[in-house]
Amino acid sequence: MNEPVKNDAPVLNIENLNVKFVTEDGVVRAVNGLDLQVGKGKALGLVGETGAGKTTTALSILRLVPDPPGVVDCEKLELNGKDIMGMSTHELEQIRGKEVSMIFQDPMTALNPVFTVGDQIAESIHLHENVSMVEAQKKAVEMLELVGIPGDRAGEYPHQFSGGMKQRVVISIALACHPQLLIADEPTTALDVTIQAQVLDLMKELRTKYDTSLIMITHDLGIVAEICDEVAVMYAGNVVEKGTLEDVFNHTLHPYTEGLFNSLPNINDRKAMLKPIPGLMPDPTDLPEGCPFYPRCQYADEACKKPQQKKYVSDTHYIRCCAYDREGFHIERKEKT
Amino acid sequence: MSRKTKAGEFKAYKKRSFAQEVWRNYKKSPSAMLGLILIVLIIIVAITAQIVYDYNTDIVQQNIKQRFLSPGTPGHLLGTDNYGRDVLTRILYGAKYSLAVGLVAVAISCLLGSTLGLIAGYYGGVVENIILRFCEVFMGIPSVLLGVAIMSAFGQSLAVLMLAVGLVYVPMFARTARAAVLPVREEEYIEAARVSGVSDFKIIFQHVLPNALSPIIVQVTMGVANGILSASFLSFLGLGVPVPAPEWGAMLSSGREYIRDYGYLTTYPGIAIMITVLAFNLMGDGLRDALDPKLKQ
Amino acid sequence: MYRYILKRILMMIPVLIAVSFVVYFLMDLAPGDIISSMAPQDATEAEIEMMREELGLNGPLIQRYFRYLGNLLKGDMGMSLSLKRPVAEVFFERFPATLQLALAATVVAVVIAIPLGIAAATHHRSFLDGFSMVTAMLGVSMPGFWLALLLIMWFSLGLKWFPSGGSGDFKHLVLPSLALGAGQAGTLTRITRSSMLDVIRQDYLRTARAKGVSEKQVIRKHALKNALIPIITVFGSTFGNLLGGAVAIETVFSWPGIGRLTVSAVNTRDITLATGCIIMFTVILTVTMLLVDIAYAFVDPRIKAQYTK
Repeated sequence: MNEPVKNDAPVLNIENLNVKFVTEDGVVRAVNGLDLQVGKGKALGLVGETGAGKTTTALSILRLVPDPPGVVDCEKLELNGKDIMGMSTHELEQIRGKEVSMIFQDPMTALNPVFTVGDQIAESIHLHENVSMVEAQKKAVEMLELVGIPGDRAGEYPHQFSGGMKQRVVISIALACHPQLLIADEPTTALDVTIQAQVLDLMKELRTKYDTSLIMITHDLGIVAEICDEVAVMYAGNVVEKGTLEDVFNHTLHPYTEGLFNSLPNINDRKAMLKPIPGLMPDPTDLPEGCPFYPRCQYADEACKKPQQKKYVSDTHYIRCCAYDREGFHIERKEKT
Repeated sequence: MSRKTKAGEFKAYKKRSFAQEVWRNYKKSPSAMLGLILIVLIIIVAITAQIVYDYNTDIVQQNIKQRFLSPGTPGHLLGTDNYGRDVLTRILYGAKYSLAVGLVAVAISCLLGSTLGLIAGYYGGVVENIILRFCEVFMGIPSVLLGVAIMSAFGQSLAVLMLAVGLVYVPMFARTARAAVLPVREEEYIEAARVSGVSDFKIIFQHVLPNALSPIIVQVTMGVANGILSASFLSFLGLGVPVPAPEWGAMLSSGREYIRDYGYLTTYPGIAIMITVLAFNLMGDGLRDALDPKLKQ
Repeated sequence: MYRYILKRILMMIPVLIAVSFVVYFLMDLAPGDIISSMAPQDATEAEIEMMREELGLNGPLIQRYFRYLGNLLKGDMGMSLSLKRPVAEVFFERFPATLQLALAATVVAVVIAIPLGIAAATHHRSFLDGFSMVTAMLGVSMPGFWLALLLIMWFSLGLKWFPSGGSGDFKHLVLPSLALGAGQAGTLTRITRSSMLDVIRQDYLRTARAKGVSEKQVIRKHALKNALIPIITVFGSTFGNLLGGAVAIETVFSWPGIGRLTVSAVNTRDITLATGCIIMFTVILTVTMLLVDIAYAFVDPRIKAQYTK
């Protein structure tokens, strides 16, 4: 278990993040001891089922987890080397939208219906760049054009735009101040397939242009393959497998990741049965002590009931799965070469 | 609809009726329960007072020797008024007027208004237009002034007061019922019933009315509260129940003359009005939440 | 937009005609007429009949009504029977007092209700929330004229801070506007809280926070403007209650407004003055509704788009 040597300081460094929601029905443990690093200019895919804690993780980075009922506890949460956990409210407000931005899932509800889209973009610029509102509005028009919307529509209201256009506006708000880190929470789920491709292309293009690091939250492995350099697979509030795109896609190790891939239809072999993962994610108010996946795992044995440790198989690739302590263990999925 | 499902043998799960579901939700709110308890208490007081006290000797008979006894005097917990009558006794006895006016008035406006609203919503077109214009006319006049005009036209009595307050709130019920029916009007099961030859009357009462029930129920409780307020104000102006009946608004009005020295004559009847109105408002709030759990969340 | 406003104003006319008929009819039904109180004790039948004719009270109801309506459509509300002065003149002499009272009460209501409602919503389920909801509920359930009497008892007779009636300087306005505004404040607090609670959960507030907008600005700028839409609706629909309440408050405080004028016109069977006043009340109420609908357009661009269509 040797920690790989880090040469480049990461843009984002999370160590041992825990988020719980204290409700009347019990304590929901949404994130449990999560570690995550995102390198400069890198794109990380955060993959997992609904309820795995992806969005909560993202909101924790912005310190926007609603409190109450949310309780965030983290050993280390650093953005560009700055400690986010120790920041005052005012300092956080200066960072949000300036150094780290977020794109939300549903563009239909993410824009304020009573302000023009131009003003909503300009507000961010005005807040962070020490320019007059008029100057900010001018920049907002430029931002709109950058995302492919004619600048003269800046004075229109969200209800006058289509879903795809709205998401472009949300993207331009997020990128208005050229943040180092962009978090996109399922940015294309609510859109039509053809629009999805356009929006993804746009994000890819702008990311390269400004050298922005990206956390792409999704359950769509296709999007990950398209955009990301690294992949972290989340299950029940923690990362169970993390590696480069190549590591995770072609040298899959964790049984849960295997399950995700097996749930995808294969266009080359349409007669093959889909193999969905049996069962449901464990109740987050009552998580098992050991590997949270073991009740659904076909390879599970007694050792899986104990807490799982990170296990590095290469400098870039780690899993949380004790099955590989067994002699000669491998999953069924064939390695692609 | 339920008749068809009854044929099946399957009886594994218990079906909770609509009323049971509402009651289950209603119970959860302490303020709603407080409202309900208060209403039950007020009704009990109103009924008991009729039995225990005699109108002629206990309520209206003057006793000049005992004028203006201050609250707390033995035997006169809330004191006596300018004619030496016990204030507490009169307030307890007066509960029946407010309750009667509130309930009967709302019954009038609910029956008339909801029927108009259901018809307007169901038929649409010219009928709807006429009913809506009618509502507009009556809603254009501030309700208190309309009440004043009706009271002076038909003379002062308890019955006219009920009618006046009832008529004032007709348009509100009509609009509530119509709004609730509108979305149902185009539903396919209504169309299906129409095509299969069910009479309009039956369709309205069997299929349309149940959809409008929740908002109407809420409107009824809130309407009782507003009705009691309006009635007490008309009595306060001297246009309601004639003296010497111990109607709370009228008691306030006569107490007002002695406000400088005997403020309690104004204070207590007002508290009685407020508690009663509060009880119905609390119940209305509770019912609204219980009938529409979506709103509460 | 202008076409919309014009259309609404034209639609008012038939409503006002119907109101005039209803009120005229009700007033005619009332037992006793003004002649019996005006004529000298020893007046003969013939003399009374002559007075009737002078005042335009002769002939069957329909005939009299259409005579009245004809004048009304020409803009003439007739002469007050009891005051022997044009109704319009009497009305507009008293109108500013009621306007002043209604505006002051609205200010009282808004100043209390909006901050209290927002605080209750942003501190949902806290002590503050409970406190403001109880207060609002009491405000809604309290008869306005009773609160007026209590205020007189405490602040006028007891503490002697304010006069107990009449009008004139600012001091005279304080108690009446408090008494009238309290009920309105109760209703507005409740609706402000519930619509803020609704808005606070919206995604676009999270977007605003993620942009780095401060919490204060998120509430005051992003949330409040959205919450205003239902608040304005409720304000419009309860304005009638406010006017009705003004009748009560004017009576208690001897405030020289149109509410008291109308009630006394009804009581003295002054049919022209009563009908004229109630028609004018309807005009005020309808115009307020129109203003409320126009106010929407400034708050909600989606509604503005509908008007211009």
